[in-house]
Amino acid sequence: MNKARRNPFNIAAMHGALILYTLIALFPVFVIVINSFKSRKAIFREPLALPDADTFSMIGYQTVMKQGDFFLYFQNSMIVTVASLFFILLFGAMAAFALSEYRFKGNTLMGLYLALGIMIPIRIGTVAILDMMVATGLVNSLMALILVYTAQGLPLAVFILSEFMRQVSDDLKNAGRIDGLSEYTIFFRLVLPLVRPAMATVAVFNMIPIWNDLWFPLILAPAEETKTLTLGSQVFIGQFVTDWNAVLSALSMAILPVMVLYVIFSRQLIRGITSGAVK
Amino acid sequence: MTALTLSNVCKSFGKVDVLKNIDLTVEENEFVVFVGPSGCGKSTLLRVIAGLEDATSGTVEIDGQQVNDVPPAKRGIAMVFQSYALYPHLTVRGNMVLGLKQAGHPKDEIERRIAEASRMLSLEPYLDRRPAELSGGQRQRVAIGRAIVRNPKLFLFDEPLSNLDAALRLNTRVEIANLHRQLDASMIYVTHDQTEAMTLADKIVVLRDGRVEQIGSPMELYNDPANRFVAEFIGSPAMNFVPADMIGGNTGTFIGIRPEYAQLGQTGQLNGTVIHVEKLGADTNAMINIGTDKPFTVRAFGQHDVLPGAEVGISFDQAKVLSFGEDGKRL
Ligand SMILES: Nc1ncnc2c1ncn2[C@@H]1O[C@H](COP(=O)(O)OP(=O)(O)OP(=O)(O)O)[C@@H](O)[C@H]1O
Ligand SMILES: [Mg+2]
Repeated sequence: MNKARRNPFNIAAMHGALILYTLIALFPVFVIVINSFKSRKAIFREPLALPDADTFSMIGYQTVMKQGDFFLYFQNSMIVTVASLFFILLFGAMAAFALSEYRFKGNTLMGLYLALGIMIPIRIGTVAILDMMVATGLVNSLMALILVYTAQGLPLAVFILSEFMRQVSDDLKNAGRIDGLSEYTIFFRLVLPLVRPAMATVAVFNMIPIWNDLWFPLILAPAEETKTLTLGSQVFIGQFVTDWNAVLSALSMAILPVMVLYVIFSRQLIRGITSGAVK
Repeated sequence: MTALTLSNVCKSFGKVDVLKNIDLTVEENEFVVFVGPSGCGKSTLLRVIAGLEDATSGTVEIDGQQVNDVPPAKRGIAMVFQSYALYPHLTVRGNMVLGLKQAGHPKDEIERRIAEASRMLSLEPYLDRRPAELSGGQRQRVAIGRAIVRNPKLFLFDEPLSNLDAALRLNTRVEIANLHRQLDASMIYVTHDQTEAMTLADKIVVLRDGRVEQIGSPMELYNDPANRFVAEFIGSPAMNFVPADMIGGNTGTFIGIRPEYAQLGQTGQLNGTVIHVEKLGADTNAMINIGTDKPFTVRAFGQHDVLPGAEVGISFDQAKVLSFGEDGKRL
């Protein structure tokens, strides 16, 4: 390790900056969680106080449990997020492999075409998408959301993954071919394990926008049985009265699964981000 | 039976012609070395033989059968790569087993082959380690082991030793020569290294810009090069070229003199100033400015005291001199 990094002053400054950033980033989450355990009055009187014997209340969680099908919403969000991520990673990696590994006519053009989606937000096409979903009878189904999110995530996934796959040694793939492995085996057994950090990066970048999205659930799947968590929580936000206890409780619970998924991917994610810098 | 026959093989990447009309035969049990400057198409030729690239035109025959449309795994070949290319997630044993399993060999046969290959290469202590836990030399032996267990008719080596240090390179070179004697197979070996080429080869193929310049045994190429390129490429230090008119020959043509066939003296056919001396212990190389672009190198056996700046004469036996025409061809 070099001297600059061992200098105690530098270490203190570095940790100070990181701790400060962590506090700022976590503060809103912290406020949401503590207030979800307080009575309505206490939330407004002292928003930053911790819940104590007087102000502690589970009323928000009780309302959420009673109101609507909270667990169904939860399940819907989970299905949509996990299925979308699965398809983004599967199709993204396959397309990236084809683009980086095989020489065919229009390879570059195809790569550019696939990357176009990074610059054009998919919401521009909302009306056309709705039309298509109506025509195919997919409105009010989770499939509609999964398809749209997969399309939304693919461009960046293909772009990032093909960049990483180009770095996988040709000799390794050729050794596999000489050993008689099929192209699919080479893809799944040799190449995918080597780009796992990049896959985790793609997964995390896609996961949070999908989980939090309100737009497409509202337009494509507003029916009671296909509501996602974010959409379901909206019932507590009225035009005139908002049930803050319920909103905060619902949000607190919505954070949990994202955190679990994040922890699963984060080790890989950190490697993915730093490997680009070190190489 | 010939192990490999290439007829008229061409390979282009888009508009770039990398291999041009390659004709080559490799006999059974022959050790053939490809040499040539960087980018001349050695690796590409090896990949065409292996089936990892398709030839744009021409035919590839292995063991008497045309294999242009046969996938690499079914060609009866094995390849060792410069970067080892071991499967990082498999153990040494796993690396060697994979190809055999894929080909559907029975279990006891696989065990037997692994045991034999690991004995030959002294890999027994490492069988359960992963490539990341091995040294460079051990990894290279695993890569060679993975090739041996396939029991191929034809081995392809692409600069297998270039990532090893000098001592290890010598050992592994001897090991490869031993393997060739023990195994009943032909080998094609790509290298940049003069010594590897001269010591290992039964036959050397000199390539330039995707063309075969000359094919022959090491001594044929050394004593009887077909043109100036081959003469310059084989032998180290390289052959000296002098315009023939400096010693009374035809203007425009060149003569070539190997550094070891020239002697230093008070006077000689050529005269010049010593500009640099390299003492290697066993021999001494002196570079002498005789008024041409490149200095003239004289290699004297044993240790000699020659000082830079000295005026010297260079003499050589006229019978050892090779003549080259203006176009570089031997006269
Ligand atoms: N996939 C490819 N696409 C386009 N050109 C290529 C490709 N592979 C190789 N070439 C070109 O073919 C030529 C020969 O390459 P090759 O790797 O066979 O050289 P080499 O003789 O093995 O060189 P070295 O000694 O440096 O390994 C080079 O000019 C290279 O740029
Ligand atoms: Mg090469």
